[in-house]
Amino acid sequence: MAVDALTLRDVDALYGDSHVLHQVSLTLREGALLALLGRNGAGKTTCLASVIGWLKPRSGSVNVFGREVAGLSPEAVVQAGVALVPQGRRIFPTLSVRENLVVAQRGRGLWNTERVYETFPRLRERKSQAAGSLSGGEQQMLAIGRALMGNPRVLLMDEPSEGLAPQIVAEVGRIIARLCAEGLSIVLVEQNLNLALSLAQDVAIINTGRIVFTGTAAEMAADHATVDRHLGVF
Amino acid sequence: MQFWIVQSLNSLAMGGLLFLLSAGFSLIFGLLRIPNLAHGGLFMLGAYLGATLLGGQMNFWLAALLSGVAVGLLGVVLEAVLLRRLAGNEQGQVLVTLGVSFIIADLCLMAFGGDPMPLGAPRSLRPPVFIGGFAFPGYRLVVLGCALAVAVLLWLLLERTRLGAMIRAGVDDREMARGVGIKVSRLFSAVFFLGAFLAGLGGVIGGPILSAYPGLDADMLPLALVVVILGGVGSLPGALVGSFIIGAIYNFGSALFPDFAYVVLFLPMVLVLVIKPTGLFGRVLR
Ligand SMILES: Nc1ncnc2c1ncn2[C@@H]1O[C@H](COP(=O)(O)OP(=O)(O)OP(=O)(O)O)[C@@H](O)[C@H]1O
Ligand SMILES: [Mg+2]
Repeated sequence: MAVDALTLRDVDALYGDSHVLHQVSLTLREGALLALLGRNGAGKTTCLASVIGWLKPRSGSVNVFGREVAGLSPEAVVQAGVALVPQGRRIFPTLSVRENLVVAQRGRGLWNTERVYETFPRLRERKSQAAGSLSGGEQQMLAIGRALMGNPRVLLMDEPSEGLAPQIVAEVGRIIARLCAEGLSIVLVEQNLNLALSLAQDVAIINTGRIVFTGTAAEMAADHATVDRHLGVF
Repeated sequence: MQFWIVQSLNSLAMGGLLFLLSAGFSLIFGLLRIPNLAHGGLFMLGAYLGATLLGGQMNFWLAALLSGVAVGLLGVVLEAVLLRRLAGNEQGQVLVTLGVSFIIADLCLMAFGGDPMPLGAPRSLRPPVFIGGFAFPGYRLVVLGCALAVAVLLWLLLERTRLGAMIRAGVDDREMARGVGIKVSRLFSAVFFLGAFLAGLGGVIGGPILSAYPGLDADMLPLALVVVILGGVGSLPGALVGSFIIGAIYNFGSALFPDFAYVVLFLPMVLVLVIKPTGLFGRVLR
């Protein structure tokens, strides 16, 4: 059996005293896109934070291509081949666009500033500009480009369509589809159900810190009861 | 006429000295948000180390470099052992660094005694230079040159290298910087080293003008604070401009109004704090 790109097994995570993740188990197959869905505050971002190392799980295992990373520092998790496009973009606002990219450069691989500029020509036009002065859509592209500069094997994306105009959402969607086609393994957290289902092979739904559904995108689309119950606001 | 020319040159030299003193303080405060009140103590320690090495006939610049490195390493220990635990706790940082500066002062008194120790400038730089027919101590121009060189090198390091960009990324968003794989705490140790190194280096380069004496730390720290507050916290250009403004005010102030030297020195700082609290070049800290 091929080793999976990312697995979480029975992960429990807390912020101080508040218990946010309960026994979360997820599997991202190599080369697949897993959509992680759930309402506001369900624990999606916390799942990604437990993978990247911002939050140390209290118990459970986090495994990247067979390597245990639970409890490692973020630097070490990135070294293991994970990259994050965080919620809210979080580009470095006082750095130039180019600097945002080069500080994240690591590993040998396809991705370098030139390839990011080819993928996002708008970033090339603005490469000397302070990143904080970019529009929301451009900042999102920069956040994606910055993550790719690490030449990751696993890409975590936290609501990349949040707050973007429809045509920009479509553009971000095309980029994600292309990355997936190139074989990158991706976890996509989304509130935009259409976007998520158009890209995902697999789906997991989280509700108040517990995984309540895992299956293929087709299975989920057919299961109206589950969708209504756990994603009812959509 | 001679008064104005000589005092202007003195002001420039003093400004250079002040920049060497305050650059490291500004760097550490601006990037790490640590108000390092031991900075005066580190400066004094550098001066004493330099005086000792020069007493053993070492080359002046080598002595300055070695003293800087030694003080820098002490700074790294200080950051790793004491300050890292106090991240975000400004009051704790103020008290601890002040405590450290008292310890340094007492240890220096024990080790080097109470008499001032002179530091001789390199022999080749001692003769006066003649500018417009007026004799001027040559070494002061060297201090000015050193300050400008340090300013340019620091600027290049921070603004033009990947390392500098990584440091600034850590300052912008520490958590996110770690999330793209930057080893932020190691970089921050390096910044602390650099800041302390500059203090030690400044102590030796300023030594031929100031010499090393008990109380040098307490004389210098307020000057560094004035410079940084006037120029703007965490702004390197601010520290440079602030240094030259204060250098000029100090020189002309004490020559023209000798009884009010301290008033003249601190008045501009008070005015800036009232009119533009972020300093001339400062931005609001996030
Ligand atoms: N830093 C924090 N400290 C304490 N509690 C937190 C913190 N971050 C999140 N929480 C809580 O943890 C729970 C899960 O939050 P999380 O951010 O993972 O949700 P989410 O599914 O990403 O939501 P959204 O769709 O709004 O981004 C929420 O109840 C939230 O209030
Ligand atoms: Mg979230």
